[in-house]
This record gives sequence, C-alpha cells and structure tokens, in this order.
Amino acid sequence: MFKILHAEFIAPGIKRFVIEAPRIARKYQPGQFIILRLYEQGERIPLTIEKSDSQKGTINLVVQSIGKTTNLLNSLETGDYILDIVGPLGKPSEIEKFGTVVVMGGGVGTAMAYPTAAALKKAGNRVISIVGARNKELVIEEQEMREVSDALMITTDDGTYADKGFVTDKLRQLIENGTRIDLVLAVGPIPMMRAVADMTRKEKIRTIVSLNPIMIDGTGMCGGCRVLVDGKSEFACVDGPEFDAHRIDFAVLVQRNSMYRTAEQKSMEDFQRDHEVLLAKIRESEAECALQGAGK
Amino acid sequence: MTQTTNKSLNPLPLKERMKLARQHMPEQPPLLRAANFKEVNLGYSEELARQEAQRCLECAKPACVNDCPVGVKVKEFVQLIVAGDYMGAAAKIREDNVLPAITGRVCPQEDHCEGGCLMGKKVTPLGIGYLERFVADYEQRNMDPKNIKKASPSGKKVAIVGSGPSALTAAGDLVQKGHEVRVFEALHELGGVLVYGIPEFRLPKQIIREQIDYMRAMGVQFETNVVVGKTVTINELMEEEGYDAVFIGTGAGLPQFMGIPGEHFNGVYSANEFLTRINLMHAYEFPNYDEPMVDFRGKDVAVIGGGNTALDAIRSALRLGARKAYVLYRRSEAEMPARKEEVKHAKEEGIEFHMLTAPIEFLADEKGWLRVARCVRMELGEPDASGRRRPVPMAGSEFDLPLAVAVIAIGTSANPLIQSTTPGLATNKRNYIEADAMTQKTSRRGVFAGGDIVTGSATVILAMGAGRRAAKSIHEYLTTGRW
Repeated sequence: MFKILHAEFIAPGIKRFVIEAPRIARKYQPGQFIILRLYEQGERIPLTIEKSDSQKGTINLVVQSIGKTTNLLNSLETGDYILDIVGPLGKPSEIEKFGTVVVMGGGVGTAMAYPTAAALKKAGNRVISIVGARNKELVIEEQEMREVSDALMITTDDGTYADKGFVTDKLRQLIENGTRIDLVLAVGPIPMMRAVADMTRKEKIRTIVSLNPIMIDGTGMCGGCRVLVDGKSEFACVDGPEFDAHRIDFAVLVQRNSMYRTAEQKSMEDFQRDHEVLLAKIRESEAECALQGAGK
Repeated sequence: MTQTTNKSLNPLPLKERMKLARQHMPEQPPLLRAANFKEVNLGYSEELARQEAQRCLECAKPACVNDCPVGVKVKEFVQLIVAGDYMGAAAKIREDNVLPAITGRVCPQEDHCEGGCLMGKKVTPLGIGYLERFVADYEQRNMDPKNIKKASPSGKKVAIVGSGPSALTAAGDLVQKGHEVRVFEALHELGGVLVYGIPEFRLPKQIIREQIDYMRAMGVQFETNVVVGKTVTINELMEEEGYDAVFIGTGAGLPQFMGIPGEHFNGVYSANEFLTRINLMHAYEFPNYDEPMVDFRGKDVAVIGGGNTALDAIRSALRLGARKAYVLYRRSEAEMPARKEEVKHAKEEGIEFHMLTAPIEFLADEKGWLRVARCVRMELGEPDASGRRRPVPMAGSEFDLPLAVAVIAIGTSANPLIQSTTPGLATNKRNYIEADAMTQKTSRRGVFAGGDIVTGSATVILAMGAGRRAAKSIHEYLTTGRW
C-alpha cells in the first residue's frame, strides 16, 4: 500500500498526487513511469512521474480523469492509499547538452514534459517551452515550466488564455523565424505528437515523443505495448516510453490503442453508476491493510 | 507414526498389483468444463488414493526417485499412503519439495517419475502425480499452521529475485536452514509463471496462495512491486540492504514473436499477454474485474505453438466462448512438448489440432483487426539441433484460415533487465545468465541463478530442481564463506 500524502485538483479533472514510495523516489529519473493498481479487481495502468523527492521518499503523479481507473484514482484524497505501485519503469529521457531544445506539452502531457524540460535546462540547454491546452482552465504547470524555460509560449484551442491556436502553430513560427532547433520533445495526445513529427520531419529536426500504449506488466513480459519503429516491433515499456518520432508508425499506435474501446466504455458506465461502491471497495481494502499492520 | 520398513505394509501380493490398471482421475465432463474456468481434475478420494498407492511395486531401486529433478522419495510417501498416514506422506514429500500441491498438478510426470515406473511397462504407470496432489491437498485441509517449524536464525540474509517455481523452492529450502529470506516480485501477485501463465482450470490460484501462505508461516518474507534491475539493483541489495547472497530466479519472460507480417494487428497476442490478461488480471471475469479481453464469443481463435502454454491459451479461448479453437503446430503431434494429459484434455474439449501447419502472414480488415492467417503446410525433414525432425514448408501449400484472434506461443527469451544492471554478471550469447549446472553459481560472488533465466524455457519441476541445488550451495557458501 502506498500512502497519498497530498492530493489536489490543479485543473478541472486533473489532480496532482504526492505519494509515499521511497524505493521508486530513490531511483526515478525524468521520463520514467510507474504502473499502478487501485484495488483487487482493478486494472494496471501506466502513469508518467511528474517529479520525485528522494529525501522525502515521495513521487508526484498528475492524473487526468479519462477512463474508469483514472476517474476512480482522482476520487481518492489525501490520506488514502493506492494498493500497488511499481517502478520506476522505462528508459529515462536522454539528457545531454543538445543546444536549443523545444519542449512541447499538450494537455496533461505538460506534466510529463516538465521533468525532462527541467533536466535539459540543468544540462545547459536553451529550453523553449510550448504549452497547449483546450482552454484557460486546463493550462497546467505554467509556473513550473516558466522556471525551467528560457522562453515559454502558451496556446489555448479556444483563445481563452494566451494565444489562440495549437502548439504546432508556435513550433511553425519558430521554424519560420529561423530559430535554430537541435531537438524537439513532444508529450501530449497522439494527434499532437503526430503533427509535430510531421512538421519536424521535413525540417530534419530530431524529435522525441513519449508514447502511452496499452500496458500490463511494464517489464517487457507481455508485449502488449509493442509499437512499430521503422516497421519493427519494439516494447514501449522497456525500449521506451520515449522514441524517435520520425520512426514511429502513429497509425498503428492509434489502431492498437483502440483495441478495447467497447470494454473501456462499459467500464466507464460502470464507474458512473457504481462510483460510490467502487470507492468503498478501495477504502475497505485500505482498512484491511491497516489491520494487517500495512502488510508489506 | 508409521515407519517405512523393509516389510511391506501393502496387503496386495505383487502379482495382483501387476494386474491392476491406474485409478481413473475424476474430472469435470469435457462439455461442462469447456464452458468454465474451474479445475478440470477433481482429485482422488481417500479410497482411490489408497487403491492407487497399493499398485506400487516397491522397487528396490526405484526409478521414480531417480528421475525426479528434486528427488522426491516417491516410494516412501506412497507407502505412507498405503498405511493411511497422509500427514506423514506430506511431510515425506516436503523433505524434498516445498510445492507439492503445484507439482502434483502441473509436472510432466511422464517425463520424470512416471516415465520409468515399472508398472508402466506392465499396465499403466503408478499415478504418482495424482497421489502427490492427493497428499498435498489432504495436508492443506488438515494442517495447523502453528505446527510449521521455524529454524533457528543463522544471522544470514538471502534475497530471492522472482517468485516462480525456482525462486519459491530456493526460498523454502533456505528458510528451513535458518536464513532470513526475502522474495522480491515484480508483479502485484506472488507466484510468477504459476500465477500469470497457468490458467485456473489447471492450477487454481487458491492452491498457489496456500502454498505461499505455508512458506510465509515458515518465515519467508515477500515484497511485491519490486522490479529488480529497476526499483533496486543486485548491487544495492548486497551493498546497501545487507544481503549476503542473492538468487536470481526471474524466468524467461520476454515473449517471442514470429517476425511475420501483420503481427501488430489487433487480435494478435503473445501468449504471455493473452495468459496474463486472463490469469493474473482475471480478464475472463470482466466486467467484475477491470482488465478487458477481446470478446471471443462466436469467433475463431488459433494458437501457434505446441507446448503447455499454447494449450493453456487455446483452452482458455474456448472457455471464453470461441466458436472454433485451433492449435497450429509446425511439427507433428509426436514432437509436441505439451504434457500428454493436457493434449488429451484439449482434444476431449473440442480443440482442433492442425499439425504441420504454420502461419506466414496475418491479414487484417480496414480497421486493423485480424481477419485471416495465411498458412503453409510443412513436412518433416532431417533432425535439427533439438533432435526433432525439422519442419520444411511445402511449396504451393498456402491456404487462408479465417481468424479473429491469434495467440503466438512459440516460446520466450531472457529479459535483460538484471543482466544489464549487474556489472560482472556473465551471460551467454542468447543473454541467459551463466550459472554452474551443479552449484548454480554465477560469475558474481554471492550471486546464484537458476530456472528459465539460465536454461531458457523449461518446466516447473526443472526450475524447482535448480532452486533446490542453488539453496544447497547458497547454504554452503553462507556457512563456509567459500566461493
């Protein structure tokens, strides 16, 4: 059981958790993720770590309510427990001095791009960050990103905050202005990462994306998260999650992520109907564990 | 307490025993069980067990003991069953095997204890696996965990990496020597391949849990959600957490794909993913469990491969409502590595076996869902490195098999996580860990390895044999300090 030391919504449907996980906090490097399971009947889902504090033994997760598990997770509060968390998984981001790096975060992806942006800045890069969201309320990590960026640009789809448009509009402007870009890192929804890849491919700018295919174990055992890289299968959990965007077959990624759409909808309906029951189930197993002296 | 003596307790004269066929294992009828995930075999009653035990010829040099990778004293425990001392029989098995309820169910007995049984040459081999299972289940129902003895502490600490058969065996043997033993498991549940690989209908999860609880009562500590190589390294375990020795029993976890076109289509699974979803994640109980699975009802499913994993997968698909369930194997039935009982059970349940057949390409519909496996027929040529006749594709034999789901069960390979994070740990060219065949010592002082991570995919009992040998040499290393 992993204790939630702090939980708060940072935007509608997006919650930040500070979780006690000393082993993971100690080994975490930017770009890595964890897999968690909330209760005995729960599924395992991967989530990127936002930051860690090895002294305090904590990791942060930023979670957007999308399906049953993320909605349920976002119903948990400070003081609740998460049944299982394993990590840190995946390869860390490649951090070195590249020169000028454009870090792009779309939606909740910004929270995943942040730690790598911070590490790139620390490594001596000039970091230009582009943060995008659907609307003003969904712009997250603005302050954090500003602290680690030499320049920060923000877009909203509806223009309710900063500049109206998409993150790719800003990237195009940078390219058209003749800004020298040595590396682009893009983390966000698949269509965004794909659009970035298409844009930088023409310009021959090396581009890294962080992929989020369906996973189970996260250690290379099941192969469910395989993605096509230059036509060959690689496992996002151990070979990634970051990949060279120009070598990724995004169409296959979209196709494989749609595999359980029907079941996911059913699960979401169950969540909406039985929300209270499910939450009670989680709290029950917390109590059980407390009785056993926190077990492990 | 009954003692085994030279004088047989068996009332049946030898001649009579040789006339008796093996007692039939009660099982769920094929049509019934093909629609549920409950255990196929129901187990011997006390009466059946005693009748079966009486068939033992009590050989002076029992081949069964010799052929068992962990050296279970078969003759002695069978005699204790004849005498009605089932707890004594259980204790006798436990001297050599800490997981009797598991081996009694999944061991390929025909390759080991039952293979050389003299009764097999006369009638049918003694049902040693069935008897072991009976004894183990009897023990589980009748034991008092308070009576499980704990050895006095040695002051030494051993870390066990993984919680599959080799790891559990090593842990069980070492804790009985008084060492502090802690098992690190990457998944959220203990048991390794026993849990994620073998379905409920062949090895119920409850059985594994009971065996692990028994080990907990013996003093073994368990920590889940630790991926050694990621969460903590071998070096950190030894240098910072104070472990005097480490046993690596992580198995051969990486799934192999065929490398044919279309393996990325929806509906094409590795056996590892397919079985993990069903077994570990309970996808067959969706929506009561959250992990989903493709809906098999009314669809045609094939597994590619001929081992136990392949049969576990296809029999699971059948239970999930598949209309047609095929085994596609590139060699002939004689070369199939699966346990004979599983092949028999699968056939009874209506699985169709297509031998000398292999897919060469998967084709999908416009949404990327598997539609057809393009297959080719094979013929057997000269023997290959494995000693089995090599399958050779027959020219012009291509045909299309309509399929909604294909499960690839052609084997696994070594997961590199530990090798790549443990300096000085020697591996072979296929990236399996190098370990001495007798002592299980690796190239790193204090580090031992055994099971599939050393040998490549094998069986539960062979992994247990390695765990046993490792425990013996770890104990020796810890007591003498000699490497």
